[in-house]
Amino acid sequence: MRWRKHTNQITGFLVVLPSIVLVAVFVYGFIGRALWASLTDWGKDPSQALALNPVTRFIGLQNYRELFTGFIDGRFRQDMVSTVFFTVFFLAGCLLFGLLLAILIDHKPRGEALFRGVFLFPFALSFVVTGTIWRWLLQPGGGVNQLPTLVGLRPATFEWLTSRQQVWRFDWNDLPVIIGLLAAATLAAVAVVARRAGRRRRAIGFALGSAAVLGLAVGVAPGWRPLPFPELHGFNLAFIGIVVAAVWQMAGYTMALYLAGLTGIPEELREAAVVEGANEWQLYTRIILPLMAPITLSAMIVLGHISLKIFDLVFAMAGPDNAWTDVPALLMFITTFRGNQFAKGAAIGVILLVLVAMIIVPYLRSQLRKGVRE
Amino acid sequence: MNRPGSFFLAAALASLFATAPARAQDKLEIFSWWAGDEGPALKALIDLYSKKYPNIQVINSTVTGGSGVNARAVLKTRMLGGDPPDSFQVHAGQELIGTWVVANRMEDLSDLFKSEGWMAQFPKGLIALLSARNGIWSVPVNIHRSNVMWYVPANLKKWGVSPPKTLDEFLATCKTLQGKGVQHPLALGENWTYNHLWESVALGVLGPEDWTALWTGKLKFNDPKAVKVWATFGQVLDFANPDASGLSWQQATDRMLKGTAAFNVMGDWAAGYMATTLKLKPGEGFGWEASPGTGGVFMMLSDSFGLPKGVKHRDAALKWLRELGSKEGQDTFNPLKGSIAARLDSDLSKYNAYLQSAAKDWKTNKVVGSLAHGAVAPEAFASQFGTVMEIFLASKNAEAAANAAQAIADQVGLGK
Repeated sequence: MRWRKHTNQITGFLVVLPSIVLVAVFVYGFIGRALWASLTDWGKDPSQALALNPVTRFIGLQNYRELFTGFIDGRFRQDMVSTVFFTVFFLAGCLLFGLLLAILIDHKPRGEALFRGVFLFPFALSFVVTGTIWRWLLQPGGGVNQLPTLVGLRPATFEWLTSRQQVWRFDWNDLPVIIGLLAAATLAAVAVVARRAGRRRRAIGFALGSAAVLGLAVGVAPGWRPLPFPELHGFNLAFIGIVVAAVWQMAGYTMALYLAGLTGIPEELREAAVVEGANEWQLYTRIILPLMAPITLSAMIVLGHISLKIFDLVFAMAGPDNAWTDVPALLMFITTFRGNQFAKGAAIGVILLVLVAMIIVPYLRSQLRKGVRE
Repeated sequence: MNRPGSFFLAAALASLFATAPARAQDKLEIFSWWAGDEGPALKALIDLYSKKYPNIQVINSTVTGGSGVNARAVLKTRMLGGDPPDSFQVHAGQELIGTWVVANRMEDLSDLFKSEGWMAQFPKGLIALLSARNGIWSVPVNIHRSNVMWYVPANLKKWGVSPPKTLDEFLATCKTLQGKGVQHPLALGENWTYNHLWESVALGVLGPEDWTALWTGKLKFNDPKAVKVWATFGQVLDFANPDASGLSWQQATDRMLKGTAAFNVMGDWAAGYMATTLKLKPGEGFGWEASPGTGGVFMMLSDSFGLPKGVKHRDAALKWLRELGSKEGQDTFNPLKGSIAARLDSDLSKYNAYLQSAAKDWKTNKVVGSLAHGAVAPEAFASQFGTVMEIFLASKNAEAAANAAQAIADQVGLGK
């Protein structure tokens, strides 16, 4: 009779069992498979690359070493740089426009529902559709470049996706120093925030950490040069068009997130602020935006992992061969399925996974902890 | 579910499984990237096959995408998964050998070539390209030429220049044309057309022997001779349109036809585009010449079909291959596709003026293989050659590009 008491748990377990098994095999199993493949030489020997039962050798981290420091893998390094720039601009664009649109609609203009639909609509399209539309709009000889002629100006000459200009260039060999400085700055910022919040011990800890990282960046990192030759990377201006298209698509989604947050703010709070004499600007900057912080964080996480994994939009807009708009996910596809370098492709995939995990895992942990606390 | 219901379901399922193998006998799955403009040519072949073997059902698995970039990715996942199509399209040469033959996934077709008498029907140079490891690995359906330079005869007359024969003449002619207001005399398109132009320039600089030596590993990419290719390529590029990477190859050809450019180096599928799509008369609406410095050499690429090991319908696939290699099959397919037959005995009256001239060159010229279209280099090299091109375009440094090319050649074991 005792098992009857647990009957609920047992049925519950049985109900989720199939999905546990499926996730274990098809998600974690294959992550493990890709990780293993990335540590082998699968593809280095053409006679084994596509054999029915490929014989591969374990070669440790050699694929990763080649990607970051190999002579012919400069394209991967540029792709990593491009991804960072793309992520920054894409996030900034989506959050800014999403918030602006949400505030506009929150003011309940006439036809509010219509506008909400219009702004949200691009999100319903697939990235391939968006990419195709914007590829046409951004042709150097047409679309957007012809807009100035409507008001009698000469057509613009920016080459958009086919541009080969690069700005903010830096030497890959300086990267350890740059990363060190950025890390030190981040830690210092955390320290300042903690100090303001009155948590002295925390502030001191982070300040010390920041100083230590700064010391490493200035003292040790310059001596470590990954490449035996200088290699310049920077922000490819061809990405501007892709950022525009991606923001166009995802700003509406960000708006919807913010809108949900805005309607969740109790009316009393606004009224109280107004009674206390806050003007509109103060109302938003002091009351509403701080309350939006959790939403901004969720939006950043959702958008951040989209931008790191972006593939279809770029594929549709610029094709897989345009090196100036290349991203790691595209390179992974080309390396694997065109170049037959399966191990190296897997290595790029694992690097992407680690990047996304760096965003997702801390978020999940904090959510879980919150859940336990409640 | 009630008893009789489940019984019927089980019976239905059982009958499904029971009939499946019987019907599977008469099927043939062919895998290709021929769709769109090339679809009708493939359809004509399939119709011919169905007429001969009416009880074999042909499954046409096409994956679209120029020169098979997407199809090859799909094919690889199928082959790795142990589900090969009965016969698949592949560029003759290293794209087949370097990927599939070395991996021991193809059947040797030497016996088929002998029993069909093809050893005498196909040119020796082509059979050499299809052979490796004591076997012949695919049946060539068509031949395209890569090293062709296109122009509009009336335009050249207007500008008072004649089609250049050597690279030096080409550079001088372009200079003259710029003086006459043709700012970018050479029309160029998106990324892969750079590689396409490069192989024509390289063949012009190196000549057929050294070009072939490059791919057997006897001539290194960082040899001064091969470095010179990049230097010359840079000079040629100076005369090309700067917005090239935004144009498809057709748009680049259009520029030449409209007279904003004088020349366009493109494979002879451009003749199909100009003659069939734009209805121009070969020789009047457009003219052609071997690309500068490559007269007397035919840089070829060929679509071919092979027989993977372990296919489900081997007999039907062999019948398919026999049809592809036959005179009837080749003369059905090629006039529609805008290419010439690989066989030497094709019926030339079925082809247009350009194709007749190409067929004449095919029989008399020296034959070499193309890099940009999969003949001379394995995929691991060809797919990374784009990186070399980017290095050159970004730095305009011939030495750096040559060294990168050699590094990739070493990494993939080119010529081994």
